Amino acid sequence: MSENLRIALTLLACGVLTFAIRLSFLALGARFAPGERMRRALHYVPPAVLCALIAPEVLVPAGRLDISWSNTHLLAAACAAGVALLSRNVLATVGSGLVALWVLQSWL
Amino acid sequence: MRETDSRAAQADLVESGEVAAPPAPAGAWASLAAASARAEFLAGVRAELPLLLGVIPFGLIFGAIGLAAGLPAWAVVAMSSVVFGGSSQVVFAQLWGVAPPSVITATVGVVNLRHALYSASLAQWFADLPWRWKLTLAYLLTDEAYVAAVGRLRDGPASPHRHWFLFGTGVTLWSTWQLSTLAGVLVGAAIPASWSLGFSIPLTFIALVVPALHRRSEIVAALVAASVAILAQDLPHRLWIIAAAAAGILAGVLTQAFEERRR
Repeated sequence: MSENLRIALTLLACGVLTFAIRLSFLALGARFAPGERMRRALHYVPPAVLCALIAPEVLVPAGRLDISWSNTHLLAAACAAGVALLSRNVLATVGSGLVALWVLQSWL
Repeated sequence: MRETDSRAAQADLVESGEVAAPPAPAGAWASLAAASARAEFLAGVRAELPLLLGVIPFGLIFGAIGLAAGLPAWAVVAMSSVVFGGSSQVVFAQLWGVAPPSVITATVGVVNLRHALYSASLAQWFADLPWRWKLTLAYLLTDEAYVAAVGRLRDGPASPHRHWFLFGTGVTLWSTWQLSTLAGVLVGAAIPASWSLGFSIPLTFIALVVPALHRRSEIVAALVAASVAILAQDLPHRLWIIAAAAAGILAGVLTQAFEERRR
């Protein structure tokens, strides 16, 4: 299978699945509203998934766990987290994290 | 109903990184009592405008990230209309080339699973709409479109054209997302690889998740997911993502239950 076809099919599968999720209860009707237990579980999906994706990029930058002052990715991510808390702005957070990474990498 | 809606609205702050509009004072939507479809649509467009401030830079960043991740430009642009979900698109870009398509699809599905809550919330107002409307509104149903419309739907008059309001917020967001992605692809093509733009993927997630961690149970969910992600790195097919997400969700639910029992 060509690379382009693989991309197109994966995109399509992701699109159909996402659309099905968004249509789910709207199509089923109000009688099938999700229960309290499901609502609660769904509430924790975004923080859990996003933190799972952040952790290895930041703590395992070169294939092994590195929690030290020489881990530039970790320091830059900490800087970005601070900016995220203060500014609540995506562009400011990403920008500050990238600048911090460049500065740290040229220093260390 | 109010309680669960506000919780659903809270969940999407994670994705948009923006603070949802505060509840409107009683009567704020009274002017829409006998509104035409056109008036509802335009009111929806206006309600969406302030949120675009967060959407445009996110779209620019996604466009640039998609190219940096090795996806062809056409796929980056197409993803914004085929998948149409900010953080799930960044996840797709991050996993492309390192995980098989089945794992990418499953992970994108998990990231977008919370939209089922919005779908359930909309069902109480739109269960009787014709199918073409349900399909259209489901396609346009994103965090930012829902947040901008839920106040009017919940507190405003139950007029016959009120679905046009949500259509207005959705179309506005959709067009902005397509244009900003396209701009991001054009800008991203000019950015040299030495800028380590790939690191903006976790930075984007930090921007989305950090301001949304309020409750202790949310912080526990985040920490457990991060720890399991590190410990389970050796699982085949990048299944550590699903394992870590499941562990984090379970930890959050259990912490919340534990706190409520102690009260």
